[in-house]
Amino acid sequence: MTTAANHADHAHHGHHPKGLAHWLTTTNHKDIGTMYLIFAFTMLLTGGAMILGVRAELFQPGLQLMQPEFFNQLITLHGLVMVFGAAMPAATGLANWMLPMTIGAPDMALPRLNNWSFWILPPAALMLVLPFFLGLAGIGPGAVDTGWTMYAPLSIQTGWGMDFAIFAVHMLGVSSILASINVIVTILNMRAPGMTLMKMPMFAHGFLMTAGLLILIMPVLAGGVTMVLLDRHFGTHFFNAAGGGDPVLWQHIFWFMGHPEVYVLLLPIAGAIPHVLSAFSRKPMYGYRAQVYSIWSIAALSLVVWAHHMFTSGMSVGGQLYFMYSTMLISLPLAVLFFCWIATVWRGSVSFETPMLFALGFVILFGWGGLTGLVLADAAAVPQYHNAYFLVAHFHYALYPTTVMGAMAAIYYWLPKWTGHMLDERLGKLHFWTVIVGVNLTFIPQFFVGLAGMPRRIPDYPLMFAEWNMLSSTGALILGISHLMFIYIVIKCVRGGKKAEASAWEGATGLEWTVPSPAPYHTFETQPVVK
Amino acid sequence: MNATQGHYFVPSVSRYSTLLSSGVFFLALGFILRLNGTPAGLWGMLFGAALILYVTVGWFGEVIRESVGGIYTKWEDRSYRLGMIWFITSEVAFFACFFGVLYYLRLISVPELAGFDPAYTLHPDYTSTWPTSGPMGEVFTPMAAWGIPAINTLLLLTSGATLTWAHWALLKNNRTQLIAGLALTILLGATFMGFQVYEYMHAYAELGLTLGAGVYGATFYILTGFHGFHVTLGTIMLIVILGRCMKGHFDSHNHFGFEAVAWYWHFVDVVWLLLFVFVYWL
Repeated sequence: MTTAANHADHAHHGHHPKGLAHWLTTTNHKDIGTMYLIFAFTMLLTGGAMILGVRAELFQPGLQLMQPEFFNQLITLHGLVMVFGAAMPAATGLANWMLPMTIGAPDMALPRLNNWSFWILPPAALMLVLPFFLGLAGIGPGAVDTGWTMYAPLSIQTGWGMDFAIFAVHMLGVSSILASINVIVTILNMRAPGMTLMKMPMFAHGFLMTAGLLILIMPVLAGGVTMVLLDRHFGTHFFNAAGGGDPVLWQHIFWFMGHPEVYVLLLPIAGAIPHVLSAFSRKPMYGYRAQVYSIWSIAALSLVVWAHHMFTSGMSVGGQLYFMYSTMLISLPLAVLFFCWIATVWRGSVSFETPMLFALGFVILFGWGGLTGLVLADAAAVPQYHNAYFLVAHFHYALYPTTVMGAMAAIYYWLPKWTGHMLDERLGKLHFWTVIVGVNLTFIPQFFVGLAGMPRRIPDYPLMFAEWNMLSSTGALILGISHLMFIYIVIKCVRGGKKAEASAWEGATGLEWTVPSPAPYHTFETQPVVK
Repeated sequence: MNATQGHYFVPSVSRYSTLLSSGVFFLALGFILRLNGTPAGLWGMLFGAALILYVTVGWFGEVIRESVGGIYTKWEDRSYRLGMIWFITSEVAFFACFFGVLYYLRLISVPELAGFDPAYTLHPDYTSTWPTSGPMGEVFTPMAAWGIPAINTLLLLTSGATLTWAHWALLKNNRTQLIAGLALTILLGATFMGFQVYEYMHAYAELGLTLGAGVYGATFYILTGFHGFHVTLGTIMLIVILGRCMKGHFDSHNHFGFEAVAWYWHFVDVVWLLLFVFVYWL
């Protein structure tokens, strides 16, 4: 089916460049997906190295390794690099690789745009970290140091790192908007004949909603940082009360982007995980329609709950009540997803290969992140938790299990399709248990110190928090090592291993498992027909 | 979608994207350097802008050659249509941000700023009005709606009509009317921009209405400024389309380029109507 229509159009422009030029100019979704994943992993290591610096400083009370100014730069860059550099590109990389293959499309709908969406990321990342390294070399005041939320008036008053961050955000925003347009057009226009929207793989549903959200929220952030730039250099008063402005206005703009962003990160993974759970339980996905409608509801609700991040910033009681109840409403569709995932595994003939372990780990640990979120949504309770380490632990339980463990589950699941080799199960399981020890040792102690009153973004702390912080720093080191194991396992799988069959996993279903492993360079040049 | 879609065109290479990214990077880097006291950043900006210009011409040229060469079928055409629709959606979100800012300031934060207990504020005399430049802002005169802005509204509405007139001509294969309609649209757009520039000069020189004139000045300039930027881009795109019409690139069935620019122009038109009501009039 794939070789029959090796059409002349692909040779239309004559030669295919080799070497670096190939990667700079490629329009193939698999090549671009690979570049996205490599970029995301590089950023994961960069942001990880930064936070290991932070955890090293927090290993003991007192200032050992760095000054508070430098500490602030590290935590800020860690947040921005991880969210915009690692988590989002990893999901987009998965989408590039798997979307055309799972919906039976020849490629992404706008291949040249796809290439640009990726190639604007490396300069954007460079723009973000450039002032950091210039600062190390003694040029300028260093990178942005406001925290990743970039709250005014701090962001108006800080050094030039903020200007670099503003333009980095613009470039990253362009990348995500264009990639999202591409995903939506691909899904709406490139599905195999017969594949209606309600026969589409869950992964495509998840990413469709992510793309829709990004198109609505990234332009708003772009507008927001533009106003910060104007306030900084052109004398406007958007965020300055002297001219009638309001610093809280920035918080509204930021969280209008920032809260849906959480679901931008979650939904592609919430779409991919059901495929893994279903394959290794050897049962069809439970409640397909319920899951699809839940994903839609989560996406819609996520746009109208942002101010629950601002309960302590000052807000009318009516506003607090609205944002509290609407936030708690999201837990209903999310609970539907959880019940469907559990019911998919329930009474299946379950086997625990590496992808399944990571998927189950995601379900359980993300559940903790969700439950601790409920208390943070409570406007009456949040003054106790807000901006304490409890919050840090909460959102890391929401983000790490999804964007890292969930993405790794998906990568391990589809790796045989990409490389043609089965992965080393023994090492994969070792990797999983290292991650489990690392993530819990890092973040469980942060719940405790947070409840006891330790604030976030502080380089020093009282002696009473010393033991928990020491444990947390040890956990972070283990987590860092686990990522190096991941590289080793993936490289080993690329280089060799047991040959993978077309359907690499016994219970796996979907169009991608009908083509040989590794998948041919141009997969569905003639579209399959779905009954 | 039907079962006989045939072959989808996947270009084998994308020559321009890395050049475009470099252009954006140098433009931004030069600007940052200039803002932070290094005038030489201007050279970075010029280099970046030149790269972006080169890529824009080259990339669109490539797409136009493919389109004229008959490579695209209905299937690719639909991708471009959907892509343009979602791009305009992102633009709607961009302007929604600034309108949201305007409403938030007018309805929530300025009244709150004026509502503090006089015993606990440095500015007990500040009262909530609109337009305002805040408790410590400069004195200024707001822009009146029923002068140039009203004429500009008329100009843009007319340009929407002339563009539709040109579209009808394209559907009827009437070349003369098509070119006349497009030329009129471009003329109206350019006149609009001329009036905007005059209005800005007037505001700065005589009204004291500057970027620094509190939140009224800030919201006035960011909304009208980004709108004017979009009108300028739209006018340039219309000029390109006019050139393509004169070369006979379009026929009554195959003219996505024309329609995309027309959609964009109508979008900019609608934004102006909202602007006129909420920035100038009310």
